[in-house]
Formats: sequence, structure tokens, C-alpha cells
Amino acid sequence: MTLQASALAIGDVHTEVVVDDLTRTQIVQYSGASGDYNPLHSDEMFATQVAGFPGIFAHGMLTMGLTGKMVTNHVGDGRLRSFGGRFRAQVWPGDTLTAQAEVVDVRNDDDGVGVVELRITTTNQDGLEVFAGQATASID
Amino acid sequence: MAVERFPVELGHIMMFARSVGDPNPIYSDEEYAATTEVGHVIAPPTFVQAGVQFDPDWPLRPKIGEPWFGSGRNPTGTPRPEDGGGSGGGGGGGGGGLARGLHAEQHFEYHRHLRPGDVLRAETRPGKTWEKEGRRAGKLLFSETITEYRDQNDELVVTARSVGVRTERAPEAAATAGSGEQR
Repeated sequence: MTLQASALAIGDVHTEVVVDDLTRTQIVQYSGASGDYNPLHSDEMFATQVAGFPGIFAHGMLTMGLTGKMVTNHVGDGRLRSFGGRFRAQVWPGDTLTAQAEVVDVRNDDDGVGVVELRITTTNQDGLEVFAGQATASID
Repeated sequence: MAVERFPVELGHIMMFARSVGDPNPIYSDEEYAATTEVGHVIAPPTFVQAGVQFDPDWPLRPKIGEPWFGSGRNPTGTPRPEDGGGSGGGGGGGGGGLARGLHAEQHFEYHRHLRPGDVLRAETRPGKTWEKEGRRAGKLLFSETITEYRDQNDELVVTARSVGVRTERAPEAAATAGSGEQR
């Protein structure tokens, strides 16, 4: 699936639930795949007694990875030109995250190739923004 | 992060895609991928972050024969390295965060899409640093790192910009402050 310039309008939104009831095991799975074994993300004893957090929490990059799934589902495979953002709040086990892409611009690049610019926001079940950023992708 | 050799492998891409809950067959099925516009397996957008697997000095991975700062018999195995792997030096891993250092921002620019068989080299350099007054955790110290991933032909494939933030006061303050303090 790729996006067509003619079918895109500023303000169009695409939304996906990217994780429902995030499990501790998925956070561990991300530690293993990414190589980031910071015990803050898997070691309850360390996270609470040493680091002083209420519990373990997800890697920011797991939130971004989950969000990226929505972005690539929306723009199509191999279309992404840039993707970035800020981690605005921690994500905890049990959280359900909804990621949204909103069209903010449709233009042609210097080579005349269509580009869509998206505003990306990911919120938890309480409506709190946990990730906010932007993405650009090539379109037809 | 300085990684001399980051081989991009099909199995690693599949495991990474699973860990972010993405069942898209473009990340695992070569036959399917061959039928797509891209024509080959690619990696999910944040995959290069897993390049730390190939950094021999990556501080956020237990190493054979060395003490680890997570819990075993005791809540902490060893005094935490004050700054190791934190926002500044850890590089591409980005501020990923020991207790007082958190990952604040991450940005990727894709110059082409990865494929299994690529062999990348990653070099990280420091970027800007700045300060901001936090609402509850005191002064927030931001530092940026830029990581360039180049392929076997020395072509730039991905540019990553990571921002780490460190707080002046105890992490509890930052944790309870919620969203505002982590920016």
C-alpha cells in the first residue's frame, strides 16, 4: 500500500492501537532484540529499590518502535524518509498505546517526487501523550 | 557508540520486528518481500538502534566475568557507573538511561533501506548541548549525539540523532513529575 498525493488532504488522520495491555515479557523481548538490557526495563528490584521508580517501564525506543509500525503500515514499506520525535512520558506494563499520523503537508521534493509530512502522536489509555514527533515519506 | 561491524541479519530483523509487535512479512519472509515494490526484506524503522549488540563496550549489556549493576542476591550488583551508557557517551543507544539519564528524543533519516547482508559501520559524534529549567527535577541537561551508519560501500544509509537528558536531582523527582520532566 502506498499513499497517493491526490488522495491526501491536510488534516487526514490514520490511527492504530499499537499495543494493548503491554506485557513485561514484551519489554524483555525488546531488551533482547535491541540489546538494551538496562535493568530499569526488566529488573523490578533494581527499578524500585535502587533507581527509585514505581516499577519497571518500557524503553523509549520500544514506544517508538511500536509507533513506527503504525507509520509503516500507513505509508507503505520502503517509503519512509525520516522518522523522529520526543519521549514525553514513560510507558508502563499494562499500558495500551494508540498511535496517530496526521497529514501536515504534501509537497514535491527537489526531484519532483511526492512527499507527505506527518505529525505523529502516541497516547496511552488515559490520553497522555507518550511520544510526539514527525515522519516524512515518499508518495505516488 | 562506535561499531566497526554491524552485520544486518534476517533472523535479527525478524526478532526485532516481533519485539515491536510488527507481523509485517516484509521483515521476515524473503519470498513475500521479493513480490513487493521494495523487492527484498527490509528492517523496521528503528532497527539500527540494535547495532549496540555489536558494540563490544556497550555498557547496558551484562558481560561475561564482569559485575553487572542489576539485581542478583542484592538489589544492585555493583555501583552503577556514574555516566556509562548515559546520554552523552553511550551514543546511538541514546541516553537510554541509567537512573538519572533518560532518552529524550530520537530521530532517523533514511538514505536507503537496509537489507539482510548489509554490513554497517556506525560512528557517533557529540552534537549540541543545552540546559533547561525543569519544573520539579531541577536543571535538565540535554546532550545530542549523531550516529552515522555506513554500509559496506561506505555509503551513508541512516543518520540518527539522539538526545539524552540528565536531571540535577534524584530520579524520584523526575519519575513522579510525569511527562513534563522527560522532554
